[in-house]
Amino acid sequence: MNISDYKGVMVFAERRNGTVQKIAYELLGMGRGIADRLEEPLIAVLVGAGLGDAEAAELIAQGADKVVLIDHPDLGVYMTEPYTKALAKAIEAFRPGIVFIGASTIGRDLAPRVSARARTGLTADCTGLAVEDDTRNLLMTRPAFGGNIMATIVCPAHRPQMSTVRPGVMRKLERNPSRKGEVVRLDIEIGPADRNVEILEVVVEKAVKKNIEEATVLVSGGRGLGNVGNFRKLDALAGELGGLVSASRAVVDAGWTGQERQVGQTGKTVRPDLYLALGISGMIQHIAGMEDSEYIIAVNKNASAPIFEYADLGIVTDANKLVPALVEELREAKAAR
Amino acid sequence: MNIVVCMKQVPDTTEVRIDPITGTLVREGIPSIINPDDKSGLEAALELKDEAGAKVTVLSMGPPQAELALREALAMGADEAILLSDRAFGGADTWATSSTLAAALRKLPHDLVVCGRQAIDGDTAQVGPQIAEHLGLPHVSYVSELRLEPEGKSVVVRRVFEDGYHMIRVKLPCLLTCLKDMNKPRYMSVGGVFDSYAKEVKVWSLADIDVDPANIGLKGSPTRVKQSFTKGAKSAGKVYEVDPKEGAKIIVERLKEKFII
Repeated sequence: MNISDYKGVMVFAERRNGTVQKIAYELLGMGRGIADRLEEPLIAVLVGAGLGDAEAAELIAQGADKVVLIDHPDLGVYMTEPYTKALAKAIEAFRPGIVFIGASTIGRDLAPRVSARARTGLTADCTGLAVEDDTRNLLMTRPAFGGNIMATIVCPAHRPQMSTVRPGVMRKLERNPSRKGEVVRLDIEIGPADRNVEILEVVVEKAVKKNIEEATVLVSGGRGLGNVGNFRKLDALAGELGGLVSASRAVVDAGWTGQERQVGQTGKTVRPDLYLALGISGMIQHIAGMEDSEYIIAVNKNASAPIFEYADLGIVTDANKLVPALVEELREAKAAR
Repeated sequence: MNIVVCMKQVPDTTEVRIDPITGTLVREGIPSIINPDDKSGLEAALELKDEAGAKVTVLSMGPPQAELALREALAMGADEAILLSDRAFGGADTWATSSTLAAALRKLPHDLVVCGRQAIDGDTAQVGPQIAEHLGLPHVSYVSELRLEPEGKSVVVRRVFEDGYHMIRVKLPCLLTCLKDMNKPRYMSVGGVFDSYAKEVKVWSLADIDVDPANIGLKGSPTRVKQSFTKGAKSAGKVYEVDPKEGAKIIVERLKEKFII
């Protein structure tokens, strides 16, 4: 493989139920910086059924120089093999040096299959991406070992350099409708051998679960709260603040709440305006999921808890006793207005 | 039916701490466990065995001490255990790991290959789908329910997404990656523990599998770690040691200043 034959930054623009997902724009925002640094084009690949010109235009407005549309009736619903075939074909046709894919439950299924097919490396759940000065290699930084350390990974001799990036980690660009770009269509054949599974039922549970990634205020509980009863008391506090309750991995592992509320490396990455951490010690795997929050308040009775190193405001006290006091203070403050 | 369950022995990362002085991982005294997603995959395989009859083989790649995880799997009810252990396999990234495991699977009859979704020490979720690609098998990941269809030629699985799920029928042979909340793994039985020591954990080295040495270990890994480090903390804010009531007052004041309330 001659790695200098591979140029450009490709972004897989994830689309569900006919809608391009936010992660696609976040990847374009980040990929734009990498592409500019390399002075190479930024290519968005959109896979689906019945793709519209407006979707391509939006990808260009959000940073793409080129949009590759792979449109086929069998690509309407995500299925591993047809999507793998589509993305592998785009890689073969355009030979990008870098491919970014969202670390969603779709991207984390698709990316490894594509990387194995393309015989190249893949780095999961990157939180930092940069270009190395002398080699022009991609530096892919991710939390490792349960999130306790960070590792910078390189893929020096294989192309494309592939990585997945979690939703919410990168920022999209300010959209610019006057940005110019090219739209190309790539044909694909999908035969019975490619439809190697049969989807019997598609269930979309829209809006059933409130999404902690969208919340502007998160009241987050950790193992330090001691028991599920104390954890449930966060609901009232979240209600007063107009926010949602989230949790550390330990709390989810203990079964006090569901995984959809887990913040951290194996949970969700959040960046609310206010992150209130109650009884959370602050292991790096948790920090990785919330450190970009606008304002972080930590409450923990252990003064040496690592969370205080990341907090804008720290209160060393018993979080279980603080919660009702804070609910009361907030009610008084509201009444005074 | 032949089921092969791929497992990884992992340190219980919820117990891992950083040495505050040296900034390195404190590994001493950290217990090793069967990776939780893999253990649920094993349980799912054992349930199929209970229900329809199957031979369940557990396969792991790792250092010699990973034998312990395989013994636990035998004690839970697995029939056969194979440990891929050779210095040549060391330093592998997911690509090289999956090509090594795929090479071992080519030597083992398999109607169903079961993996965990991801290991808690790496969290990549890559090895399962990559094994499937190397073997040319269809795969379904993020499986939270599994049932064998009556004729025993296909399975129906529930595949979880952030915003819902798919019910998917997939013909055997295939590979599935399982979520830890799909079941509650059984405990080792006393008889099982006893029996497990009568069973052999076979150790396979590079010589026992047919794989291009260029595709395994550190040398066969497209990616490598350039650098690892502990995260530097951002400049910490002010910390108050106060009673809860006072703490609540301080928080409300700050929230007003920040226009959050």
